[in-house]
Amino acid sequence: MTLIDESPAPQGAGDSGTPLLEVRDLHVEFHTRDGVAKAVNGVNYTVNAGETLAVLGESGSGKSVTAQAIMGILDMPPGRIPKGEILFRGQDMLKMSGEERRKIRGARIAMIFQDALSSLNPVYSVGFQLGEMFRVHRGLSKKDARAKAVELMDRVKIPAAAQRVDDYPHQFSGGMRQRIMIAMALALEPDLIIADEPTTALDVTVQAQVMDLLAELQREYNMGLILITHDLGVVADVADKIAVMYAGRIVETAPVHELYKRPAHPYTKGLLESIPRLDRKGQELYAIKGLPPNLTRIPTGCAFNPRCPQATDLCRTEVPALFPVTEQDGAELAGRGSACHYWKETLHG
Amino acid sequence: MAELSKKNEPAASVDATPNVTGVEVVETGSETAAIEALQAPVDRGEPILQVRNLVKHFPLTQGILFKKQVGAVKAVDGISFDLYQGETLGIVGESGCGKSTVAKLLMRLETATAGEIFYKGQDITKLSGRALKAVRRNIQMVFQDPYTSLNPRMTVGDIIGETFDIHPEVAPKGDRRRRVQELLDVVGLNPEYINRYPHQFSGGQRQRIGIARGLALNPEIIICDEPVSALDVSVQAQVINLMEKLQDEFNLSYVFIAHDLSIVRHISDRVGVMYLGKMAEIGTDEQIYDHPTHPYTQALLSAVPVPDPEARENRERIILTGDVPSPANPPSGCRFRTRCWKAQDKCAQEVPLLAVPERFKGADTPAAHESACHFAEEKDVVHAA
Repeated sequence: MTLIDESPAPQGAGDSGTPLLEVRDLHVEFHTRDGVAKAVNGVNYTVNAGETLAVLGESGSGKSVTAQAIMGILDMPPGRIPKGEILFRGQDMLKMSGEERRKIRGARIAMIFQDALSSLNPVYSVGFQLGEMFRVHRGLSKKDARAKAVELMDRVKIPAAAQRVDDYPHQFSGGMRQRIMIAMALALEPDLIIADEPTTALDVTVQAQVMDLLAELQREYNMGLILITHDLGVVADVADKIAVMYAGRIVETAPVHELYKRPAHPYTKGLLESIPRLDRKGQELYAIKGLPPNLTRIPTGCAFNPRCPQATDLCRTEVPALFPVTEQDGAELAGRGSACHYWKETLHG
Repeated sequence: MAELSKKNEPAASVDATPNVTGVEVVETGSETAAIEALQAPVDRGEPILQVRNLVKHFPLTQGILFKKQVGAVKAVDGISFDLYQGETLGIVGESGCGKSTVAKLLMRLETATAGEIFYKGQDITKLSGRALKAVRRNIQMVFQDPYTSLNPRMTVGDIIGETFDIHPEVAPKGDRRRRVQELLDVVGLNPEYINRYPHQFSGGQRQRIGIARGLALNPEIIICDEPVSALDVSVQAQVINLMEKLQDEFNLSYVFIAHDLSIVRHISDRVGVMYLGKMAEIGTDEQIYDHPTHPYTQALLSAVPVPDPEARENRERIILTGDVPSPANPPSGCRFRTRCWKAQDKCAQEVPLLAVPERFKGADTPAAHESACHFAEEKDVVHAA
């Protein structure tokens, strides 16, 4: 019903000073039969307009839970946010009413999910589902909404959009379905898109098409993009900066080139060494020993210490903060941080 | 089905490629030797598995009471390859290209529509009963999803030990528990876990259980269908290393099916690229990755995101348009022509053979490997310019 301009988020506040999105010391926990699973334990990051932040992590690292908390789609209970702030253009969304958040969700912040087939409703046509955005948020008539849906499908390069608008999700291929998901996220021209493993379910040739489309549209609309993935390759292709997560914490942040060239955390370093390369045949792969921790029993001190080759007693007792990373001569490295007591040794060898 | 085995005939006269054309060929020793010399500079001896013109069509039917066949999904449509003792043959391709069907055919979990699979010279597509059981002992499989391929109600000991119920000659009854514990130890699991259930293990550990089950009967060949794609990056490397170690230890031959091209390069000695039921290109890992000649291989390789941001500016990307056509109604001629930038009239009319392209024949270059393209030319897409 409401037009975008009347939504509570102040408009111009963002561009200078206030970032588009700022997550501050976010904690999320789940109450399970086995105890309290601490999925997110103090995450901080910011995203600006036109910027791509990649959140990299393995399953259970808390990357998706953080995204769900931002979107406000966490299941609560069993989920709980005991602490933290999520500032969208300077306003804490966790303090907003349900009504206020609903106006932001979809219109200002949109999300693209991994599995397009299970994210689309199988009993409604694609055009109806795309048009729903306009009917609900903008109050358009059915006919106008359908026209908008065709326009959107065109924009994400679905061939013969006008004919296919009344088709159902199962009639589209995986890549096409993911394009429809992207179209849906773009519908109301949001300021921020959260893409949770958007190409994991797709084949490589289609994955390249979809990532290119996403990057192109992001540039066109100057949107912020949070790309959540476990794939170090996809990240290298599109991200500006990277946050690596492990056991609910950010263990390293860096601009994309820096991270691959000179990782400052043993976990990142291990990950980079453990993936085989396409362009050369390597020797035996480096394997990080052990398993990611159980979130109900995260090790004391640094959560990575049982798997870390250089762990000491300090690592086993004291949780490392995200230290700013500098050159050997103390020169600052912009945007870099590492939650390792021994980041100097890791970075400088 | 009859027209299928015929379609490759036009160039069957080319003498260097007799056993990989679609036509059934009775092999003579000299021919095989010639091909081996082309395919593999190292003498690998006799192939342990020879696949010849393998076809699997799944019928599409209409009607409820009187079913009549209205077409067929041509999942695998005439592929041939060899597997040698102790080597790893990687098979890559996108979803729907038929790579998993090949795995099932090799295991005889599906019955081939046409073609032969020779295991040590014996065609296993025709076997049944006791003879089939004996062969199956030597060809085992590791599945993709460690969460659904282990029975949640059975203990690890029962899951691995069950293989001995079917093949009791491998381990006598009193010896089974010890043998299972040995296997757990071999795959890097604590032998004391024998009484645990699958849900008590992580994904990587479950895949180790799957591997232990595959090893239980001392097979010669293990078919791995996407064995690490469900695992996290840090655990993937552990499982890959384990598989390589086991291969050395037991002289296993792997058919390694995966969609992740980097992992396939890492583990494979030779790689075959499949597209829509056909083999597009096959060669050593160096030939395929550093000197691909088929446009599909080139597009596939160029689309793989490389974990190196420097490379993103310097690499040529070939972005294919459109999706893979339906295997129920594949394009005429070359199946890739609808997405190929080189396609010409010839591609629509003539099925390209999987053979060393004419222009590279006899040349001493890594580009001289089998590629099913009329206009094959070498192009490095993996390395930054």
